[in-house]
Amino acid sequence: MTHPENAAEFLKDSQKAKWHDETLWFVRDKRDKVSKGIPEWEQLRELASGIKDNVLANLADYLEEFERNATKNGIIVHWAADSEEHNRLVLEILQQQNCTAVVKSKSILTEECHLNPYLEKHGVEVVDTDLGERIVQFLNQPPSHIVLPAIHLKKGEISELFHEKLNTEKGNEDPAYLTQAARVHLREKFFAAKVAITGVNFGIAETGEFIVCTNEGNADMGVHLAQVHIACMGIEKILPRRKDLGVFLRLLARSATGQPITNYNSHFRSPSPGKEIHIILVDNGRTAQLAREKFRNSLKCIRCGACMNTCPIYRRSGGFSYNSTVPGPIGSILSPGLDLKKHSSLPFASTLCGSCTDVCPVKINIHEQLYEWRQEVTKTQGEFAKGLAMKLASGIFKSPLAYKISGSLMRNALKSLPNSLIYHPLNSWGKNRNLPDAPKESFQQWYRKNRS
Amino acid sequence: MKANSPSVALFIPCYVDQFYPQVGIATLELLEKLGCKVTYPSGQTCCGQPLANAGYARDTVGTATHFIETFNDYDYVVCPSGSCTLHVKEHFPAIAGLEKEQEALGHKIYELIEFITDVLKIEKLEGKFPHRVGFHSSCHGQRGLHLSSGSELNQPPYNKARKLLENLAGLEWVELSRTDECCGFGGTFAVTEEALSIQMGKDRLADHLEHKTEILTGGDMSCIMHLQGIATRSKQELKFLHLAEILNQSLS
Amino acid sequence: MSSREKILSAIRSLTLESKALPDIPNFSNSGDLVERFTQSISGNKGEVLSKGELEEWFSSSGFSKVISRSSQFSELATLSLPEDPHALETLEVAILDGQFGVAENGAIWLEDRQLGLRALPFATEHLVIVLDRNLLEDTMHQGYEKIAAAHSGFGLFLAGPSKTADIEQSLVIGAQGAKSLRVVLI
Ligand code: SF4
Repeated sequence: MTHPENAAEFLKDSQKAKWHDETLWFVRDKRDKVSKGIPEWEQLRELASGIKDNVLANLADYLEEFERNATKNGIIVHWAADSEEHNRLVLEILQQQNCTAVVKSKSILTEECHLNPYLEKHGVEVVDTDLGERIVQFLNQPPSHIVLPAIHLKKGEISELFHEKLNTEKGNEDPAYLTQAARVHLREKFFAAKVAITGVNFGIAETGEFIVCTNEGNADMGVHLAQVHIACMGIEKILPRRKDLGVFLRLLARSATGQPITNYNSHFRSPSPGKEIHIILVDNGRTAQLAREKFRNSLKCIRCGACMNTCPIYRRSGGFSYNSTVPGPIGSILSPGLDLKKHSSLPFASTLCGSCTDVCPVKINIHEQLYEWRQEVTKTQGEFAKGLAMKLASGIFKSPLAYKISGSLMRNALKSLPNSLIYHPLNSWGKNRNLPDAPKESFQQWYRKNRS
Repeated sequence: MKANSPSVALFIPCYVDQFYPQVGIATLELLEKLGCKVTYPSGQTCCGQPLANAGYARDTVGTATHFIETFNDYDYVVCPSGSCTLHVKEHFPAIAGLEKEQEALGHKIYELIEFITDVLKIEKLEGKFPHRVGFHSSCHGQRGLHLSSGSELNQPPYNKARKLLENLAGLEWVELSRTDECCGFGGTFAVTEEALSIQMGKDRLADHLEHKTEILTGGDMSCIMHLQGIATRSKQELKFLHLAEILNQSLS
Repeated sequence: MSSREKILSAIRSLTLESKALPDIPNFSNSGDLVERFTQSISGNKGEVLSKGELEEWFSSSGFSKVISRSSQFSELATLSLPEDPHALETLEVAILDGQFGVAENGAIWLEDRQLGLRALPFATEHLVIVLDRNLLEDTMHQGYEKIAAAHSGFGLFLAGPSKTADIEQSLVIGAQGAKSLRVVLI
């Protein structure tokens, strides 16, 4: 289904859609307020953007520096060209450990690689330990938001789900009660797991360490109890210096949820004695995106989710309407790079209002890239390519005479056409909106009569 | 009219020309009242924005060339639409052979309100408009042309339209819950994402109604056309005027 | 060609415009550090208290499983640090020394040296961190300056208790990790 179809479906449950919009708006509003408490906020965004630009311009060097330092620290570094290789590497490590049950904290990369179904197919039980992710995992759904994975669900639905899966009281919808039940369930998993998988927020070239941020502490619960820690990291997550984290950690949580920092910000430099840390550096389309000059800086994304929270489309259509691992504005500029055909409607799922660009902590020109992707989509005759009609229109616009003719034609048509036709359900302007009243003359005609 | 007044060419967007001639007239009369020598270059056509936003920027070379040539001989080009102004400034394809003219056009084209405040340097207008006015901030006007500060950015608040309006005697400015959320027009978006477009429009209107807007105004007739279309369909008691109409009426 | 070579050579084959790495100015704020730190911690749903207040809480709670790595409160300990982190499953309270705190967000820096076991501050039911009130930094920039050359296998900026808002955005304290954070400023 295309984005417009999915969006229309989402809007049918108008109460839930309204709740979704208002809840995410509230998160954005918190972001606005907290960012305004930092006088240097815009400077920080500029810095973050500049640092990331430098990273992308020197990515190969930084990756090698990171590898060198991480290896020196006793971290085992792997490289994966694509999702299959990434998944295979993870499985191999698990098999070496004879591990058939892993705990995994939030990692958009492993979603992108479809790691869970792959491991399950090979007999490994994967438990997502972020509460929101565990909820959607129980439902066999992907996350609908990169920071708030279960934002599409109401507590009634979660209560019912937990009643079925965790044997909670029927009808008890108290979030504290439900969270406590999940806590008991997940802690059991943490204490039993031999291997823990995490994502990576930042990798530091200078020190070979990597940083994982959570509020629940679930990443740390997993890795510090397990024998082996596997960290999956997109190659674009590199930062040059440890002190760059000062800039990024000031921006990340404030942009994401309006909190000044996530409660746990863990810096992994070398394994505890007797344990192992593996890091997998994954490409999976990133070098291809780096090669696309107009879309290159989409790789600066730090996955804060602010562009989703602010997007008037996302808020009213939900994450699933995008049908892509990363939804929302940033997803709409990343996903076409992976599969232009499949994601051809996404660059059009925007009014180009530009709010995403202005909240983005690394200043990605998201709405401009949406515009650019539109130009690409129409070249490939995607489903939105209305080649002929547009060519025609262009012909008319080019000629003043034809324009005038068509203009008055249009006005006359509006006057003489029966309303049933103008407001025909197929005419999507008129379905829920009136057309303006047709004036008796155009401005041009008035001007000619009155001023020349 | 002053002898040394700059020559101003009016650029009237196609849908304004066709559907809202009164907005073109108000723009013209207002600029004349403010002492400008105003011409409407005949032969002007659409700037090509609908096409470019639909993904066919490459097919707008003809319209852009024509546009640059039409407006080449004037000191200023003024347009009662932030969106079309932004398109000319930022999204015209590069036209070979007209590089200089294109560059000059980018610097001399202004949206109406910014022309009044930034070029004519008018700080306040003496006039009267005793109504409760709700302002719809067009996204291209605000985030593109920076006609007002955005709620997303950490910057001192300002709003060029508000500055002019607030001086009018009797005008009450309506404070909205969401000061600058998109109305959902978005050009082709209005028809390709019909359901979302309508919902966004309804939500904006609800904000205005909740805060007792009597007249909804803005600098982009396309947003207004969309909002008005929804409001009239659901028989809401809101009036709609372009900023040019309010300013022109209040000065008479 | 290995994937490593493939990725690196794909990147190197691109002509990428060079972009300078910006310097980071030493941003700082005004205001009393202790006051701002205290506010930040309570915003993060932790609590700042005095030594006396902590002792009061302790005696009224009657904990029986307590590990203290802080010399300030060594008498409160009932257990010593185990070898295996799995033994922490039923731990009620962990008391740790923090290295320094950051006023703008309440983040407290901890390293292997303070932790003993990396799982300690997460697995425990309640966490207490003892912090010298003279060791507060203004922002994260000063914080990172302080640990620029430090070398620990693991380090962490901890700013509050484990929390989640994944159910309808209602904030719940005590998700998977510690259910509370108390910071004793001395
Ligand atoms: S594009 Fe920017 S705003 Fe969106 S998730 Fe990435 S960093 Fe955040």
